[in-house]
Amino acid sequence: MTFFTEFGRYLIMLRGMFSKPENFKMYWKEFMHQCSEIGIGSLGIVVIISIFMGAVSTLQTAYQLVSPLIPKETIAQIVRDTVILEFAPTLVCIVLAGVVGSKIASELGNMRVSEQIDALEIMGINTKTYLILPKIFGALLMIPILVVISAALGIWGGRLAGVMSGIVSPSAYDSGLVQSFMPFNVIFALIKAYTFAFIISSIPAYYGYYVQGGALEIGRASTKSVVVSCVLILFADYVLAAILL
Amino acid sequence: MIEIKNLRKSFGDKTVINGVSATMQAGKCNLIIGASGSGKTVFMKCIVGLFQPDEGQVLYNGSDFTQMDFNDKKEIRKEIGMLFQGSALFDSMTVEQNIKFPLDMFTKDSHAQKMKRVNEVLERVQLSGSNKKFPAELSGGMKKRVGIARAIVLNPKYLFCDEPNSGLDPQTSLVIDKLIKEITIEFNITTVVNTHDMNSVMEIGDSIIYMHQGNKEWEGSNQEIIFSKNEKLNSFIFASDFLRDAKDMRMLEAKGKIDNGRNMDDLLK
Repeated sequence: MTFFTEFGRYLIMLRGMFSKPENFKMYWKEFMHQCSEIGIGSLGIVVIISIFMGAVSTLQTAYQLVSPLIPKETIAQIVRDTVILEFAPTLVCIVLAGVVGSKIASELGNMRVSEQIDALEIMGINTKTYLILPKIFGALLMIPILVVISAALGIWGGRLAGVMSGIVSPSAYDSGLVQSFMPFNVIFALIKAYTFAFIISSIPAYYGYYVQGGALEIGRASTKSVVVSCVLILFADYVLAAILL
Repeated sequence: MIEIKNLRKSFGDKTVINGVSATMQAGKCNLIIGASGSGKTVFMKCIVGLFQPDEGQVLYNGSDFTQMDFNDKKEIRKEIGMLFQGSALFDSMTVEQNIKFPLDMFTKDSHAQKMKRVNEVLERVQLSGSNKKFPAELSGGMKKRVGIARAIVLNPKYLFCDEPNSGLDPQTSLVIDKLIKEITIEFNITTVVNTHDMNSVMEIGDSIIYMHQGNKEWEGSNQEIIFSKNEKLNSFIFASDFLRDAKDMRMLEAKGKIDNGRNMDDLLK
């Protein structure tokens, strides 16, 4: 299948999601379920990654800043900006593309192969609206929250590592955090988070929804959705940085 | 009643349904039979709208389903129940939740009313007490019965069953067949069953269509099928030596009746 055929079908899928819900309460229930799956379900891995990401950033920044002329506060500034601008939105979203993306693709793929999607269609339910839209909205709500949590934990992890290893004192780190702070960086991180959230949810939903075959194809669709999502995240990361910074 | 007129469906260069016309009668079990790959599942999926046919009409009480927009189709689909080959139960839901799902989605009944209806249909398919079980905890036959319960919970006018006996032992198959037949009569449903199980054909086939390579080869009832002279149908039905012998015995039995004054040609039509 050519790129344009796939892209066209992806757009048709997105357009098909927007129809009047048969029962708003049921859609709300599904949306809340997805928020829980995506948000709470990924929180553990996000916490672990973020703390270690910040800690390693502090150690490696300190390792490279060998000049005694550079104040220790600079370490905190570099860690803060690196975590907010790149690590929290991009790294976490790449991990989420694996965690959330593969789950969405395999869940929808399994539903397609076992005719559960057909069963919903027969009932008169718009399956794109009922199955895909809550996942995308859930991701758009929860992933930016996870990114904010990740940024906060990353910065805290950096402080923890800096203090524990004696690289930087708590007061120097705290002081560095507030120096030359640009609030736009947080907005930029959130723009990235929303963009990546859409990629992480819609691409796997596409591959899962249109899967054909059996268990092997579900696995392939899941893997392909993660690979494509990661590539698109990196591409979008570059484009957004080029446009907005 | 469902009327199908000149239905055609192709996938790429391969024609799967080649201009099939048929009538599915209300209050009866209408069977579509044929060998694997004969096009019967695609034919059924075209009738219920899971596949869009390339040509032809599917008329539900005179309204052409193939020409309807999504919202009009929705109204017809609310009157359709379907039992899938693999039951298609929602894995993450219990039996009760599976059956209650259409009620939650399409009715404004209270929780108590919904539960009453769920228990009614569960009792009807002889699965009372299985409310809290998950599909993974059920046998093949039980899954089919839950599938039937979910299909009839909204009192449909049309019931479609895609190979209801696949993967079941002969005894359980008979139970499912009996259930489908009883439900059809009890609720005056237009039932369409896709099968290649000859037991089902003889048990519940009020009206039978035999499909071969995308074409309708034969049409009749379970009373007529055994006496058919259609070679393709005969090679499908009497696939084994045992069945061919059984047919010969039946023919001899029929011959005996002819000697008592009945005309053989009438039976062999």
